[in-house]
Amino acid sequence: MAEARVYVSLKKGILDPQGKTILRALHSLGFDEVEDLRIGKYMELKVNGADKDELERRISEMCEKILANPIIEDYRVEVET
Amino acid sequence: MRFGVVVFPGSNCDHDCFYVLKEVLGQEASYVWHEDTDLSGFDCIVLPGGFSYGDYLRTGAVARFSPVMGAIEKFASSGGFVVGICNGFQILLEAGLLPGAMMRNIGLKFICRFVNIRVETNTTPWTCGAGKGQILKIPIAHNEGNYQVPYEMLEKMKRHGQIVFRYCSEEGSVLNEFNPNGAIENIAGVCNREGNILGMMPHPERASEIEMGSTDGLFIWRSILGHCGVNVSV
Repeated sequence: MAEARVYVSLKKGILDPQGKTILRALHSLGFDEVEDLRIGKYMELKVNGADKDELERRISEMCEKILANPIIEDYRVEVET
Repeated sequence: MRFGVVVFPGSNCDHDCFYVLKEVLGQEASYVWHEDTDLSGFDCIVLPGGFSYGDYLRTGAVARFSPVMGAIEKFASSGGFVVGICNGFQILLEAGLLPGAMMRNIGLKFICRFVNIRVETNTTPWTCGAGKGQILKIPIAHNEGNYQVPYEMLEKMKRHGQIVFRYCSEEGSVLNEFNPNGAIENIAGVCNREGNILGMMPHPERASEIEMGSTDGLFIWRSILGHCGVNVSV
């Protein structure tokens, strides 16, 4: 059993209304050093298999198909076998 | 004309669409369960609004893999008419049947109110009964109506007359202040290149009787009926 982590984030250049709101909240709390903040999604998967490359390939396929929307989102896959 | 209204787990405008098509417009209408794959006999498929699969992951992301969607893809590619309203529009985007993607409203609020939209083209089957530039008063009710599409794709869509509706003022000015959700270039509705698939955020089924505060939604229903050679008296 391998563990995988999938990070989905909005593509650069796409306005992130949630991120902007949280950024403003941080500023109003005095955390002025924060330059930018983007919100994304984090998913943990438990998957059967031991071949790391194959698992990465399969999970990337999942990302392309459903876990992310390639029009507006980027994704990153980490697999620990 | 025979309409099929698709029911996903979480659809909630299916009855409204069914009622308007059957009772107000006097057409044949039946529900299509999302696991059905037989669309034979239908002239037009309606993907209604709601919260299919609880909007989990992204709006429409799970619904687009329902068995009915494969059938709808085939139905549309052979020229069948498909309209997605609100959540239905979001599903069509996720399915890749219409270009673009939906993001959360720029103000992060669910917005439920009447808006004005301008008919940008009346050469589609969905707007042929309206005038170009005509302003329709139709309500929106959504949290994710912030339509986005890559720039090059947008330019292509404009060239092919795929921008069908834009949010505007009562007089028809398309300005940022009349954009309720941050949608790129105030876009409220788009169609595919062939014109047989329409997606729109406003709810025409909620503006199809005087009692509802507007009957402008009828322009869309009358257009598709007229396009198919059916004239109705309402």
